[in-house]
Amino acid sequence: MIAPTLIAQTLSWSDVFSFDDYGALLQLVGNSVVAGAVLGIVGGLIGVFIMQRDMAFAVHGVSELSFAGAAAALLFGGSVVAGSLLGAVAAALLIGLLGARARDRNSIVGVLMPFGLGLGILFLSLYEGRSANRFSLLTGQIVSVSSPDLGWLIGISVIVLAGLILVWNPLRFDSLDAASAEARGVPAGAISIVFMVLLGLIVAVAVHIIGALLVMALLVTPAAAAMRVSHGPLGVPLLAALFGFVSAVGGILLAIAGTLPVSPYITTISFLIYVVCRVIAWRRDRALVAAEAPTAVSVPA
Amino acid sequence: MDPMTTPAPVLEISGAALRLRGRELWSGLDLTVAPGEFVAVLGPSGSGKTTLLRAILGLQELSAGEVRVAGVAAQRGDRRIGYIPQQRPLPPGTSLRARDLVAMGVNGTRFGLPIPRRGDRERVDELLEAVGATAYAERPIGLLSGGEQQRLRVAQALADRPALLLCDEPLSSLDLANQQAVTAIIDRERRERDAAVLFVTHDVNPILDHVDRILYIAGGRFMLGTPEEVLRSDVLTSLYGAPVEVLRMGGRLVVVGAPDADDHCAEHAGIALEAGAA
Repeated sequence: MIAPTLIAQTLSWSDVFSFDDYGALLQLVGNSVVAGAVLGIVGGLIGVFIMQRDMAFAVHGVSELSFAGAAAALLFGGSVVAGSLLGAVAAALLIGLLGARARDRNSIVGVLMPFGLGLGILFLSLYEGRSANRFSLLTGQIVSVSSPDLGWLIGISVIVLAGLILVWNPLRFDSLDAASAEARGVPAGAISIVFMVLLGLIVAVAVHIIGALLVMALLVTPAAAAMRVSHGPLGVPLLAALFGFVSAVGGILLAIAGTLPVSPYITTISFLIYVVCRVIAWRRDRALVAAEAPTAVSVPA
Repeated sequence: MDPMTTPAPVLEISGAALRLRGRELWSGLDLTVAPGEFVAVLGPSGSGKTTLLRAILGLQELSAGEVRVAGVAAQRGDRRIGYIPQQRPLPPGTSLRARDLVAMGVNGTRFGLPIPRRGDRERVDELLEAVGATAYAERPIGLLSGGEQQRLRVAQALADRPALLLCDEPLSSLDLANQQAVTAIIDRERRERDAAVLFVTHDVNPILDHVDRILYIAGGRFMLGTPEEVLRSDVLTSLYGAPVEVLRMGGRLVVVGAPDADDHCAEHAGIALEAGAA
């Protein structure tokens, strides 16, 4: 998976993969695997709408404010999960209310993101607790999340899943064909707000599992990969959920065998899936063009 | 509510006025459309044609008067109205097949589990067939031509067998063959099912053979009548309050000299022949 020559001399293979005592380790992180699996699936599904609504950048902005919320909670001794939820949902609602159009939205996100990140760094530098907690919010460390918190993360993901399923059809209509959807009575404003709340919730979950800087690997990449190889209303979400699941669970299972953090494994798997999907799409499109070329030539002028 | 005409009108607009961002687009509009009637809405850009459609859809509140659709005040999400939005090609990467665009007309507003109901697929097949899109039903929509995409939009608008079909520039950016094909589908719908058609367009020529009446909006005022009554130099001159000439050129009607509603630069004089063509 990783070319040996790229790995620094100081790093031994057992840091990357070591399967001694794997069974015992697996038992310890069982809940983390479940949380990763649920996030992978729900992140893949919501990612389809993130792509359709052109909100990848907004996701990044929401995650930085989620990080600020979590850092504030860390500093002031509150619940880190609650802090990240508060930050993420507030940011998502703000972006949803102020940025109806893509251009407005991008500028709002561009303004909010550094502000959130700056606040978070301020809170972290003031924080005098365990320093390991500091970086885990930015780069993720799912195995260090406590069991009650894991329960919350899983519960929130399930709520997002249920919410998504309830609004699926109108949300899809509004995302893909807004003018017709509005004319046929889809309540665009309400749908957008519901979507932003769901997005805020799942981003907060992702911040704990993969880190604020890397949430896109589970919320954007799987859906982007799925949309390369499928166009169907079932095919895209099912593939996106599968890709998210494989990235998250695969990453955690590989990470616990070594001593490196979880996130690089998840992001690498997620990225590789995307690359493979692009190659598949490219080969298919080339075959399609080749198959159609002779008929195009034979059309009379 | 009084039965002025038989059969009962599909659309009744009375004393309607519309202000948009402080500017009065038009006022004093009265229009009654009977089932099976084909009414073209013409006028320069910015004259409030699209806004009129939005008012009928219940998406835009009137500043005066009222709109009734089949006897009921205009409301959002009225299933008796079919709407064909302005032709804007969907980008190549859109994760949608031809069939899915039509299916959203059938089940797109349904909340709850996104599971297709019995009969949905058959209805979508029927609609695809009706607009001649069966051959490319499974293809990604971004790879289809503008004409093919527009047929799908018509199919989507017909999903609920609407009594009133609102078309907003459905032919713009289509070639002649596709303009005729899309017009024929819309015309068949009103002949076979008695649907009323309100057709916003900047060029009346492709639909001239089908049009019963024309509503011409310009400068906040209206002219309503048959094409022969409205598309005349003297009538449009008095409507615009400026010299306008309706010319017949190679079987096409062309309006020359019509100023644009939001006229503020000299360039318009050159564009008028195209933009104001009627």
